[in-house]
Amino acid sequence: MHIVTFTRSTPDTAAKVEVDGNGAVSWGDAATVVNPWDEYSLEEAIRQATNVKGDTTVIAVGGDLHNDSLKHSLAMGVKNAVRVNADGLDMTDSLQWASLAAAAVNNIDDCQLVIFGKEHVDVGSDQVTYQTARKLGWTMLSYVSEILELDAEGGTIKVEKTVEQGKQILTAKLPVVISVLKGINEPRYPSFIGIRKASKATIPEWTPADLGIELPASSITHDAYNNPPPRDITSEIIEGETIEEKAAQLVDKLLEEKVL
Amino acid sequence: MVTSQTQSTPYNPFTEEHEMFRKSVRKFVENEITPCADEWEAAGIAPLHDIFKKMGDLGFLGLNYPEKYGGSEADIWFTVVLHEELAKAAIGGVPMAIAVHTDMCTPALAYHGSDYLKETYLAPSICGDMVGAIAVTEPDAGSDVARIRTRAVRDGDDYVINGSKMYITNGTQADWLCLLARTSDDDNYKGMSLIIVPTDTRGFNVSRKLKKLGQHSSDTAFLSFEDMRVPIKNRIGNEGKGFYYQMEQFQVERLIGAIGSYSGAEKAVRDTIAYTRDRKAFGKPLLANQWIQFKLGELLTEIEATKHMTYYCASLIESGAKSSEVTRIASMCKLKGGRLARQVADTCIQFYGGMGYMEETPISRYYRDSRLASIGGGADEIMLQIIAKLEGMHIE
Ligand SMILES: Cc1cc2nc3c(=O)[nH]c(=O)nc-3n(C[C@H](O)[C@H](O)[C@H](O)COP(=O)(O)OP(=O)(O)OC[C@H]3O[C@@H](n4cnc5c(N)ncnc54)[C@H](O)[C@@H]3O)c2cc1C
Repeated sequence: MHIVTFTRSTPDTAAKVEVDGNGAVSWGDAATVVNPWDEYSLEEAIRQATNVKGDTTVIAVGGDLHNDSLKHSLAMGVKNAVRVNADGLDMTDSLQWASLAAAAVNNIDDCQLVIFGKEHVDVGSDQVTYQTARKLGWTMLSYVSEILELDAEGGTIKVEKTVEQGKQILTAKLPVVISVLKGINEPRYPSFIGIRKASKATIPEWTPADLGIELPASSITHDAYNNPPPRDITSEIIEGETIEEKAAQLVDKLLEEKVL
Repeated sequence: MVTSQTQSTPYNPFTEEHEMFRKSVRKFVENEITPCADEWEAAGIAPLHDIFKKMGDLGFLGLNYPEKYGGSEADIWFTVVLHEELAKAAIGGVPMAIAVHTDMCTPALAYHGSDYLKETYLAPSICGDMVGAIAVTEPDAGSDVARIRTRAVRDGDDYVINGSKMYITNGTQADWLCLLARTSDDDNYKGMSLIIVPTDTRGFNVSRKLKKLGQHSSDTAFLSFEDMRVPIKNRIGNEGKGFYYQMEQFQVERLIGAIGSYSGAEKAVRDTIAYTRDRKAFGKPLLANQWIQFKLGELLTEIEATKHMTYYCASLIESGAKSSEVTRIASMCKLKGGRLARQVADTCIQFYGGMGYMEETPISRYYRDSRLASIGGGADEIMLQIIAKLEGMHIE
């Protein structure tokens, strides 16, 4: 079985992202990091592939900015990495993104399981996970907190999903797309040997032509980006002899300001 | 406009691979060391076997050692990256424990030890199963290493060792020591050997765990040896060569010391910039005062200079430069790093004000911890003594 996972480079969560003088979104020269949610999906892909003695491939959709994350994935222990890119790709157009993602998955033999991190932190969205599943025509299981069983021979997967009301245990027929939550595992650090291997790897780039598809035209136009209005905050530190006294004062203030 | 045919590039020894390694170490420090810093400082000790095992699994402990013993045979810049990143932990004691293990007690073993010794002690240290320590200083001999008194006397296939060692980092947890002892009656530096001593040997005693000004998480110990029998095959290299091996080992120790100094200093200054940007006095951020900007700017300049001098030292070691030249530059780096750390700690704590004096503020720990840099691994004055000698100023 081949397990596919996705990654992308996002601005460091500590970076200051803002609209620059040209009206473009910029994070200055701050470093990019692996989309933090992907650390968990990468780890899970490696673990599951080890269990079923399967193969792993990590895919990034977009420009060569994402090679860093692909190399990070290889350093963690994912076996293969590929980047899919297309002229005219708008990274904010999730349908274009998902079309490329699904075509890439279809281009990999014997892929039965696609694992996504819960969301893309830079755009604060997880819709590409659902759209990719839809494009593939596969079952989508989101917010998986544990893979209880991946049965390669029986062709099923049993997962625990976190829902608002509690937990759900589900079994689905493969192939499936899942998105995983942070608590699912503890991602490993890239080892020295992993880093050495990854840094020597060259990452192939697939185009829509390689995948036998045409990139759908983007339906989005970017009219304007604006920074949020500056916030006018005054802070007040509550003084008091005891914690109880401070807490009582805080409650009074919150009531006064109609926060409570 | 004058154009040049040859493109010179800024001096940067780090490749993509080094930067990937940096990210991995940084994450390890942020997740595995810094969050435990307060707990380990309060406990006066850190669980080195746990930490080293994790690092060993990742291949962080034997970067420059032979693959045959689990090392990576990586270039020196990986070692530089490792210690630059460790120095950014919110604690001095643990990076020091790691540095002692990776680059202070192991170089002589790796370069002059027998296969037997390397299999028995180096390999398990690289994979993180064993913790090592370096035992040179004695109650009556620190700066003057040639005056050590611990004696190893041959008896059959063993050395019988008597004496004591002072201020030994990792001393209560180490599985083995790289011990400098006298193996002949010669009263000078020629009569010494380096011997690997397993700490489960009878006659080995941890007399006392020492209380210190800083580096609280580091277990520094006073050790004593009473008729401790260690096989002669545990000696590193030739008998009588211990002082030379140790002097060679000190070069790496001093390089690593300098890295810890400038990198820790850089973090302290950057933390101070962030703090003084937020903290307001007289209606404006503290950082708006030119005095503060200039002081911090000056320190960053000094840090940059020290960093590049240290890179030069690393490149000398990497290219196999003449030993005396490595010693000269390593001593200068160690001296400059120690002095700089003192200057940085003093200036930064000042700009933090009362907050800097509080235990909860990391700068107060840095202030305590960094003071060691001018004492441990050879005091500033000993570095100056070496520099003066190598510069031909020595007068008998
Ligand atoms: C926290 C800590 C950890 C340590 N870890 C280890 C370890 O793991 N292994 C180990 O072997 N040692 C270790 N040491 C010992 C350290 O290397 C010595 O403390 C150091 O070399 C200085 O020796 P000393 O303390 O005997 O000082 P002394 O030799 O007593 O010197 C005291 C001071 O006198 C001055 N001085 C000395 N000689 C001269 C001179 N010729 N001219 C002018 N001034 C001079 C210097 O300022 C020096 O600091 C550690 C020390 C500390 C504090």
